[in-house]
Amino acid sequence: MKRAGFDNIWLPVALLLPQLMIIAIFFYWPAAWALQSSFFLQDPFGFGSTFVGADNYTSLLGNNQYKRIAWFTIVFSVLVTFFSLAIALLLAVKADKVIRGAKTYRTLLMWVYAIAPPVAGFLGILFFDQSTGPMTKFFQSFGWDFKLGVDYNATATAMVIAAVWKQIPVNFIFFLSGLQSIPRSVREAAMIDNRSATGRFWQVTFPLLAPTAFFLLIINITYALFDTFGIIDALMKGEPGNNPMTLVYKVYLDGFRGNDLGGSSAQSVVLMVLVLVLTVFQFRLVERRIHYT
Amino acid sequence: MTNLKFSATAAAIAFTATAAFAETEITWWHAMGGQLGETVNKIADDFNASQSDYKITPVYKGSYEETLTAGIASFRAGEHPNVMQVFDAGAATVIGAKGATIPVQDLLSDNGVDFDINDYIAGVRYFFADSDGKMIGMPFNSSTPIMYYNVDALAKAGVTPPQTWEEFQAITAPALKEAGYVALSQSHLPWIFTENFMSRHNLPFATNNNGYDSTDTEILVNSDAIKAHFTAVTEWQKDGMFEWFGTGWGDNQKPFEEDKVAMWLGSSGSFGGLLQKDLPFQFSAVELPYWESVIAEPKQTFIGGAALFAMSGKSEEENKATAEFFRFLTSPETQYFWHQETGYVPITEASYELAKKDGHYDRFPAAEIGVTQLSAEAGEHTKGYRMGFYVQIRDIMNREYGRILTGEVDVETAFKNIEEEANELLARFAKTQG
Repeated sequence: MKRAGFDNIWLPVALLLPQLMIIAIFFYWPAAWALQSSFFLQDPFGFGSTFVGADNYTSLLGNNQYKRIAWFTIVFSVLVTFFSLAIALLLAVKADKVIRGAKTYRTLLMWVYAIAPPVAGFLGILFFDQSTGPMTKFFQSFGWDFKLGVDYNATATAMVIAAVWKQIPVNFIFFLSGLQSIPRSVREAAMIDNRSATGRFWQVTFPLLAPTAFFLLIINITYALFDTFGIIDALMKGEPGNNPMTLVYKVYLDGFRGNDLGGSSAQSVVLMVLVLVLTVFQFRLVERRIHYT
Repeated sequence: MTNLKFSATAAAIAFTATAAFAETEITWWHAMGGQLGETVNKIADDFNASQSDYKITPVYKGSYEETLTAGIASFRAGEHPNVMQVFDAGAATVIGAKGATIPVQDLLSDNGVDFDINDYIAGVRYFFADSDGKMIGMPFNSSTPIMYYNVDALAKAGVTPPQTWEEFQAITAPALKEAGYVALSQSHLPWIFTENFMSRHNLPFATNNNGYDSTDTEILVNSDAIKAHFTAVTEWQKDGMFEWFGTGWGDNQKPFEEDKVAMWLGSSGSFGGLLQKDLPFQFSAVELPYWESVIAEPKQTFIGGAALFAMSGKSEEENKATAEFFRFLTSPETQYFWHQETGYVPITEASYELAKKDGHYDRFPAAEIGVTQLSAEAGEHTKGYRMGFYVQIRDIMNREYGRILTGEVDVETAFKNIEEEANELLARFAKTQG
């Protein structure tokens, strides 16, 4: 078999160059900078700096507050990923069955997708307002003295709800198209074998949805870890105080609010390692077990 | 002939145009949004209209933190403004970076503008100065924490505004509670109940002369008087005499405006805003209360807010323009205008005199409280503080205070945490200066 190829080595290089340059300038160069400054403590204006070795890392690991934030990030990511996937799947399965007015339902369910995270955060502020928010009143009717920005758990709950709400439409779109690509013949065959709709769903539909679900799992973990920044920032209203926050937000606070470039760089290197681990996990462990058609 | 006339006119126009181009342009980055921003623009316009040699352009850069970060980034890129507004907590960062700014005192005297630090009111003089007392940043929006009160609510409860915390907890607060009010809220625990608590009671806040003398400083926040104060605050909270609405400034001010909280500790600079809101009750202000058991005669507080720094690396003409702008800014008329519009204190004695003479304080007695408090007797520990990474230290305080007030930790543990984490940050900051 003849391999298709370029005769001239420079043409493919030239074609790849723009993309490589973008990656180098916007990813590798800043990453190298972050790595370098994580070993220094420097005056933000750039006058003085001291090489401190791994001090920035060791002081992170010894810091109880950092551990607390890491723990919150894990809990937050698990909750956001789980609820946004579960609710979206439920909605997709239900919407898939609707025949009359199907398009209207779908459009309404996808609407929220168009909202930017900070806007979602501001909507959250309105809904969770200390004195007038409807969600505040809702939680208070259960006897929970819900106060955004005062009570740590209340603020955490508001962050999770806003982040889940924002992410459901994306998952919904993917799940719905995943469901619709399952062949009719397979469903009909399943219908003959199993009369229970729940049983059919878990034994036939869900395994066929697995590639979509796995892709969404990775997307949602990344979303919860990184893209929820805008929501967290808005709900915090500019004052971290005793509010919960994620690791990414802490990088921003120390670097851009506190001007501690060394400490902030060390934290972003930790996050880079985390992303690396996630990627390896994605390709090595899970992708092998899932069959794409 | 006509042609000649025409060319003469053209030449004249061209000449005027060059003259207009010859004016030196400078920029001013600030963090004053909303109404304050409009007042800033008005001051800049007035300066530009007052002469034809210089033109200043103010640019709003967001919050205090954002303005400082933008300024630092621009300085590193060599694109920085001539004048940058830096807030109290950022003072150590900008003053520590020697070479980033021109001390305002040098800038003024080099450009033939008279400068005498004693022209400034007492509480304003040394916060943005170095350890020798040389003024580095020009105090701009200077405020100090004072206590606002709802006149109608206090009349209903049959009490007068308290001078001491003892009076507050024994008399004022129980009476206000009886009258259906939460007695007190406040808007900034690190500023009001920590930094100015230390100054008011003349207690040391950090080693090395509150940090002014050197960077190997340790914070002295884990001390008995302030822990006793926070213990008292939690008791008031339990008894329904104090309420905390979170770390946000506005969340704590709102219940006061809504007639639910009778007394609110805010900034003297909040005055203009409160006046404009046309509240459904009459309000006034008194000085920040103190513990009689800690100090018999309370001392002055120091300024919060921000100062203007002249950035280095600019041409002589531009520095001259900056100096002229500072001359204009510190003139009694400009200061009085700024004071009237915003409630920030007038920074010079002369402008304070002008406000008095004009009858401003007869019309609004509350507007004078900040000035008298800043002019109260000075003590050994009342000039301010200079600590690096102070933005983070404040965030740590806010976090631990929030945890105290939501019952997550006790006062003892919280102050131990603040002390440990703050000292770690101070040690780190010392290394950034190396």
